[in-house]
Amino acid sequence: MYEFDIERPASIVAAAKALNAEGAQALGGGQTLIPSLKQRLDQPATLVCLGGIAEMQGINASGNDLSIGGGTTHADVAAGAGAYPALAALAGNIGDPAVRNRGTIGGSLANNDPSADYPAAVLGSEAIVRTNLREIAADNFFDGMFATTLREGEIITRVDFVVPEKAAYAKFDQPASRFALVGVFVAQYGDHVRVAVTGASEGGVFRWAEAEAALAADFSPAALEGLSLSGDGMISDLHGSGDYRAHLVGVMAKRAVAAA
Amino acid sequence: MSQVSMTVNGKVATGEVEGRTLLVEFLRENLGLTGTHVGCDTSQCGACVVHVNGRDVKSCTMFAVEADGAEVITIEGMAAEDGTLGTIQQAFQDYHGLQCGFCTPGMVMTAASLLAANPKPSEAEIRAYLEGNICRCTGYHNIVRAIMAASGQDVSGIAAE
Repeated sequence: MYEFDIERPASIVAAAKALNAEGAQALGGGQTLIPSLKQRLDQPATLVCLGGIAEMQGINASGNDLSIGGGTTHADVAAGAGAYPALAALAGNIGDPAVRNRGTIGGSLANNDPSADYPAAVLGSEAIVRTNLREIAADNFFDGMFATTLREGEIITRVDFVVPEKAAYAKFDQPASRFALVGVFVAQYGDHVRVAVTGASEGGVFRWAEAEAALAADFSPAALEGLSLSGDGMISDLHGSGDYRAHLVGVMAKRAVAAA
Repeated sequence: MSQVSMTVNGKVATGEVEGRTLLVEFLRENLGLTGTHVGCDTSQCGACVVHVNGRDVKSCTMFAVEADGAEVITIEGMAAEDGTLGTIQQAFQDYHGLQCGFCTPGMVMTAASLLAANPKPSEAEIRAYLEGNICRCTGYHNIVRAIMAASGQDVSGIAAE
């Protein structure tokens, strides 16, 4: 790693101020950032550690609303988001136990790894990403592989979910990395359905509109029969070709609907 | 450089560290606690697992500064007061849960976390919880048996494969 300083602000305001400095970068749980720094893929002057900010921790549940602090770890979401079982289950299957004790929802979303689990839940649940500056609807948040519409130095303070009537996440594990080879999150809200896919597209997480329409009319695995995606623009690597991933999206979508 | 202070195995430990100093480097190089191993240094293998404020973490993927003020337990803190092996450590010896032993510190620390939350885990639960701990000798079978035994459960039903 190159040299850098670390600051540990105790409030969102202090963190935002620290992030205004030249070369400053936010540090969430560090489960992606620290390995990246070790590879010298990044050279921040200062890391601003968000882990000590109490107001970004924890889960508030009220009726059908669930608000999760941006600094809340995957383990805490797995244990504390019982009001939204599909989300708790997703969080409890990210990485491994030690990673879940450090990695945070805000860090995962800001990183927007094309194979990460949380982006599928946030896009699939039409969640609201709250920052120190504004609120961003999930549909306007993800902006391609490893890219979001967050501005320089903007901090994800909370993520707000509305618990759907039915939901499930089906993940085809890539057992070495423990990321999703393909993961599909399905959620039913009244008369509409969201289907969000991670791990598949070179553009990162996306909504499968055709499946959403079919499931809105009939929320059953059979409704997805005959629907397919093209392998063009899908991630193709040693773990699977684009065509394989495109096929897997259909399979995992059916499994998610069956489990919901 | 920053000054850090934390409790390690019940004793106050302080030191000067750089921002980039990893917790595992602080434990091994500043404090001389070399029981915690660095296997892959990419947060895959789990040889470096320690407990920070009661939770298992990979100490190669956390900065020492982030542990300032924390309670840290390492493998050196797992022995009984009189220096004899702790229950999990003894079970690893009794059930041949280690071959080369390199992964063992992380395996024991991860097992301790599991048993603290789930005192009687099933074989499947143990294997799932060890997902982030890799044994290059592939000695998982006896590691699982050792953890079952440490939890006071009968291990005769776990067939050798």
